[in-house]
Amino acid sequence: MLHIVACIKQVPDTKIIKMNPKTNTMDRRTAPAILNPYDAHAVEEAVRLKERYGGIVSVLTMGPPPAVSAIKKCVEIGADEGYLITDRRFAGADTLATSYALSKALDKIAKQQPIDLVICGKMSIDGDTGQVGPGIARRLDIPPLTSVNKVVEINQEEGYAIVHRKLEDGFEVVRSTLPCMFSVEKTINEVPYSPLPNVIRAARYKPHIWSVDDLEEVDIKQLGLKGSPTIVSRVWAPQKPAGGTFLEGNPAAQVDQLLSVLLEKKELFETKEEI
Amino acid sequence: MDFQDYKGVWVFIEQKDGEVASVSLELLGAGRKLADKRGVELAGILIGENVKNLTKTLFEYGADTVYVYDQPIFKHYRTETYMKALLECTEKHKPEIILYGATSTGKDLASAVATDMPTGLTADTTELDVEEDTGLLLASRPAFGGNIMATILCKKYRPQMATVRAKVMKALPPEPGRIGKVVEETISLKEEDIRTKVLEIVKETVKKVRIDEADIIVAGGKGLGSYEGFQLVHQLAETLGGAVGASRDVVEAGWIDHPHQVGQTGVTVTPKIYFAIGISGAIQHIVGMKNSGLIIAINKDKEAPIFQTCHYGIVGDAFEVVPILIEQFKKAISRDKVIK
Ligand SMILES: Cc1cc2nc3c(=O)[nH]c(=O)nc-3n(C[C@H](O)[C@H](O)[C@H](O)COP(=O)(O)OP(=O)(O)OC[C@H]3O[C@@H](n4cnc5c(N)ncnc54)[C@H](O)[C@@H]3O)c2cc1C
Ligand SMILES: Cc1cc2nc3c(=O)[nH]c(=O)nc-3n(C[C@H](O)[C@H](O)[C@H](O)COP(=O)(O)OP(=O)(O)OC[C@H]3O[C@@H](n4cnc5c(N)ncnc54)[C@H](O)[C@@H]3O)c2cc1C
Repeated sequence: MLHIVACIKQVPDTKIIKMNPKTNTMDRRTAPAILNPYDAHAVEEAVRLKERYGGIVSVLTMGPPPAVSAIKKCVEIGADEGYLITDRRFAGADTLATSYALSKALDKIAKQQPIDLVICGKMSIDGDTGQVGPGIARRLDIPPLTSVNKVVEINQEEGYAIVHRKLEDGFEVVRSTLPCMFSVEKTINEVPYSPLPNVIRAARYKPHIWSVDDLEEVDIKQLGLKGSPTIVSRVWAPQKPAGGTFLEGNPAAQVDQLLSVLLEKKELFETKEEI
Repeated sequence: MDFQDYKGVWVFIEQKDGEVASVSLELLGAGRKLADKRGVELAGILIGENVKNLTKTLFEYGADTVYVYDQPIFKHYRTETYMKALLECTEKHKPEIILYGATSTGKDLASAVATDMPTGLTADTTELDVEEDTGLLLASRPAFGGNIMATILCKKYRPQMATVRAKVMKALPPEPGRIGKVVEETISLKEEDIRTKVLEIVKETVKKVRIDEADIIVAGGKGLGSYEGFQLVHQLAETLGGAVGASRDVVEAGWIDHPHQVGQTGVTVTPKIYFAIGISGAIQHIVGMKNSGLIIAINKDKEAPIFQTCHYGIVGDAFEVVPILIEQFKKAISRDKVIK
């Protein structure tokens, strides 16, 4: 029986986010919190592997108390258990402190049921560093496999996994010992609409909620802002360019003007070698 | 930690099939500026099998020193082997700054290395500077889907590390015959101790789309209305011998595949000419094309943000303007033979 843990993050929906132009902070009221879209694919893959090989899927998140709703979303997709670690002392974490806190929670989860596989999303849509997955793997001392876009085989008895890792011009087939960590591409699967029984279960589901004190052997200095080597020193809005020249007139006249501009700059059309 | 011990700027050199990745050459250009400002050496760290011959190129592009690990165990990129070499080399020579390309390999390696060191790692940097006297790296990056820019600092740890987006920094013009110091290193790693094996590398046979190398890109957006409407973009691209680009919404609608997507979650491009047709100009799109030589926008909404970024704007209906454009270009081509 496989035990797969998907790490998930609740994020503001950056698509409709509004920034306060004076402070360059995000206006939280305008940005509803959602499950990081990449993480939905991580959970979906975990659920598919469970269906293929048998096992249980847990999800883990670090975040403020409202992150419970992201866990519920994962239960809708098919997760069995959810864990939220939440504590003021986690706040302000960069990726190093985030992977530290998550690895301590994973240690505790593993005590209840050993973990065979950790699955992360490719990246979050807010911090969008993609650094947390490999960070977790290093802290647990398990192989990190990033850019995974297909799981060929998981063999728990013999203790290995075979996956495809996406490359720029194709993919590579990699075999790794278990346990290991995958960060998965969006293309690995499609997340279907959740079946009704899952939705009902999710509505009632109460995740495990832990604070720092519930975790073991935690070095407080490595948590949150204190444990973060990087600091965000200045935030600003990307500069707005000045804008271009409008070509006036009817479409034919506009095209004429454009052509005369372009044809004057012949160097624009001197192609390099054929590619 | 004594900061005095940490000196020099390093660039992790990515290579494949006997060639240095262009992002690594760009980073040597960026690293050169940082190193000169600090009055220190610029070094490349090169890991692989049969890669020693690449050092010449690295010197020509600005490196003073190249640390080389040339061993069969490094034939394929694997996080654990490359990480061990990098950690060992850093421990020995103590650089102040290490830059990596923000490619999948660069990000994978840098994330692992940063965790083990430990030190801070700034992701997807698009602007770099260094404080002359303190050596503090000022690495700035877009976040929140490009809605803001943030400068990230790592004050208390060395080395300072950042991954840097491709096509943002500029490589120096190569200086033929420029030479430097090669430092050959070896590390004892046994294949049987490594937990991952690359079983096979499969090159996709489909004609690979590399729009980031095209001189002319004709990109279309949701404004083209449908898959059929989007064919207009293909027609103009074909007329000009250019590549086809797209906004994310077009890719999500399934009108074209993801390798054509320009922007934050697609590719960054710098062609000589970029046409944006029926593209509104969301910040996530702009970050991927704003450094193009000449940007031409066609949009029926005069207020569309794309007009802020373009050099020439045509307010009009794509279905009226583009067919005339195609026709006129065809005439110009047969008349002037300007375009191949
Ligand atoms: C403007 C800004 C810029 C920043 N820049 C940097 C930077 O350059 N370097 C840096 O180290 N930090 C940076 N941070 C901090 C960083 O965003 C946080 O550390 C964040 O908690 C995790 O990083 P991420 O969002 O990039 O996750 P990613 O690494 O992009 O996430 C990858 C995967 O890890 C898992 N994961 C991530 N977070 C959690 C979580 N809280 N709980 C469970 N699973 C999780 C998910 O599976 C996710 O798909 C920045 C923050 C801000 C606000
Ligand atoms: C985290 C994140 C990452 C993202 N990454 C990317 C990315 O990499 N690349 C990207 O492109 N987007 C990205 N986006 C999405 C981005 O925010 C926009 O939603 C997207 O770029 C809009 O695409 P569009 O311009 O084609 O469509 P729309 O915004 O719908 O614009 C259509 C435009 O067409 C014009 N139009 C309509 N009809 C006509 C006509 N007949 N003739 C001429 N003009 C017409 C309209 O006036 C309008 O301006 C990202 C978003 C997020 C949140």
